[in-house]
Amino acid sequence: MTELLRIEDLHVSFKTDDGVVRAVDGVSLTLNAGETVAIVGESGSGKTVTSLSVMGLHKKGQAEISGSISLSDHGTFKDVVHLSDDEIREIRGRAVSMIFQDPMSSLHPYYKIGNQLAEAYLVHNRGKKKEAMARALEMLDLVGIPEPAKRAQEFPHQFSGGMRQRVMIAMALMNSPQILIADEPTTALDVTVQAQILALLSKLKKEFNMGILLITHDLGVVAQVADRVNVMYAGRIVEEGPVDDIFYSPLAPYTLGLLKSVPRVSKNNERLKAIPGQPPSLINLPVGCPFAPRCEYKQHSSEAGCNTTRPALLGTSSTHRSRCHVPENLRHELFANELKEVQG
Amino acid sequence: MLKFIGRRAAFAAMTILIVSAVVFGIFSFLPFDPASLTCGQRCTDQIVEANRVRLGFDKPIYEQYWLFLSGIFAGRTYGAGSAAFTCPAPSFGYSFNENACVTDMIREALPITISLAIGALILWLMVGIGLGIIAAKFKNRWPDTSSSVFVLLATSLPTFVTGLALLIWVSIKWKLVPLSLTGYTSLIDNPYKFMQYFILPWITLAIAYAAIYTRFTRAALLETLGEDYIRTARAKGVGERVVFFKHTLRAVLAPLVTLAGLDFAGLIGGAIITETIFNLPGLGRLTLRSVYEFDLAVVLATTILAAVVVIVMNLIVDMLYAVLDPRVRIV
Repeated sequence: MTELLRIEDLHVSFKTDDGVVRAVDGVSLTLNAGETVAIVGESGSGKTVTSLSVMGLHKKGQAEISGSISLSDHGTFKDVVHLSDDEIREIRGRAVSMIFQDPMSSLHPYYKIGNQLAEAYLVHNRGKKKEAMARALEMLDLVGIPEPAKRAQEFPHQFSGGMRQRVMIAMALMNSPQILIADEPTTALDVTVQAQILALLSKLKKEFNMGILLITHDLGVVAQVADRVNVMYAGRIVEEGPVDDIFYSPLAPYTLGLLKSVPRVSKNNERLKAIPGQPPSLINLPVGCPFAPRCEYKQHSSEAGCNTTRPALLGTSSTHRSRCHVPENLRHELFANELKEVQG
Repeated sequence: MLKFIGRRAAFAAMTILIVSAVVFGIFSFLPFDPASLTCGQRCTDQIVEANRVRLGFDKPIYEQYWLFLSGIFAGRTYGAGSAAFTCPAPSFGYSFNENACVTDMIREALPITISLAIGALILWLMVGIGLGIIAAKFKNRWPDTSSSVFVLLATSLPTFVTGLALLIWVSIKWKLVPLSLTGYTSLIDNPYKFMQYFILPWITLAIAYAAIYTRFTRAALLETLGEDYIRTARAKGVGERVVFFKHTLRAVLAPLVTLAGLDFAGLIGGAIITETIFNLPGLGRLTLRSVYEFDLAVVLATTILAAVVVIVMNLIVDMLYAVLDPRVRIV
């Protein structure tokens, strides 16, 4: 497997009037060609900031960034954290592309679709206008937009939400990047369209041999398309592992909480099992495990206290690791019972 | 497009008709005898009555209104026999105070007001949008701070202060521009004199408007910079300069055009203070004088003219908007 992206010990913090917000606090992850890696978490868990920093799109000037983001530019690795603005700009849209949550507002309302697509190509291939337009039509066709030549002359408001997201995908792939970051690509779409977009992404991943970094809070989407999963909480990865492990034998209490809070049709008379409490403020994180105030399994932890020490990312398996003070074998036992109850 | 213009023109005509009827009505109910205003100090009842008949004030109000309307299209003859005189179409009435057809008075004043308004518009658009761009580009740095000082000063200083200050310093003390007493010369006849004549009035008017446009442009640019589609442009690898001057500025253009169109229309109605300070015989001064002297025919005409300009500018702005914003369709 070819590695495309390796994030190591990434820290991103923002200075605000109230104090320093640690949005991303020591995140490490990798992405390989042909693979979909998901980052899952609530709003404010740092998943979007992580993905934006890969693009160098985090708010410059206000943000303090450290660690390394090593990114394959068609074979040569570059550390995004230490590149100049111009060097990052040169990678953006060519080696790594991004699609966003809201396709309704992500396209410029005043420019024709074809021109917006062509621009993505022209930025990295100066002066090749004809080529850019041909490529735009080819990409529109590839993402399943009928009559591309006609549609390219239209404006974004003439497209439906699903079609606009297809346009966004086409635009992201104009320069055949190896890495695609999809930040909640289906959140703003209805369910049937969501399935189509996910299928399209999977198909294109194979065709372009891309790695997709999928940012989402939707576990259904994760189960459908992800190969590996990183669960984020309060700026850190609390659990990482192959998708099946995450769903069938979660190790972090937070992951279990997420799984339990998914509504199920078969249990329609039951109240939703929401995780109690609120995510902690990123300005004033608790000294111990950030999840401790909301955790139901605190009493099972051994000598290292949940309220005093931050748990490390550990695991008996090399691929499946989590942050928790409760011994892993005990968690397996406790969580298995809970899951049985939830999943029936 | 043609259908749209046709419908809007019909609508505009209706509006103008209503405006003129309302203004006409108001003036008819004023507690003055319009006929007695037509003669000077040595006035006899006979003269007043003769003038009443000559100007048609003896007829019922709806007939007077009809005469006024038909005069616009057919011209109007006052009196009869050897004392008769005619104001050719389009006639907006006759001013006894000035002994002239109103249309001729407007014809003289209008070029001055239009020159004033267009020059000021160009100046304030350049300064206002320019400063707005600089302020947005250097947000919270010194260029931004200085521009907000300008905005604050320019919005709080009334035109009669800036106008008089310019006149006193630039014209009288420094003698950079001659006092504009020599009279109006058109741009084509003598561009240099034209500029000299108008430069201070332009600056006076432009300062006040430029401040508003600076603030508007800055706010609109900063708001647009936070839009998702700007992030998309950056994600494509578009450089900051293109992001700013193409993607962001483009989105700010349409609301700017709307604002400019309506402000311009307002100015044609007459920049009374500026015209008074600089002694420009434009529409504003004409209106002001007519109001003081109860020269009702002139007030009626300038009011209707102002309404027409606003309506027409609205139509133009709507059409421009449709050109600038593809989401706005003209049906």
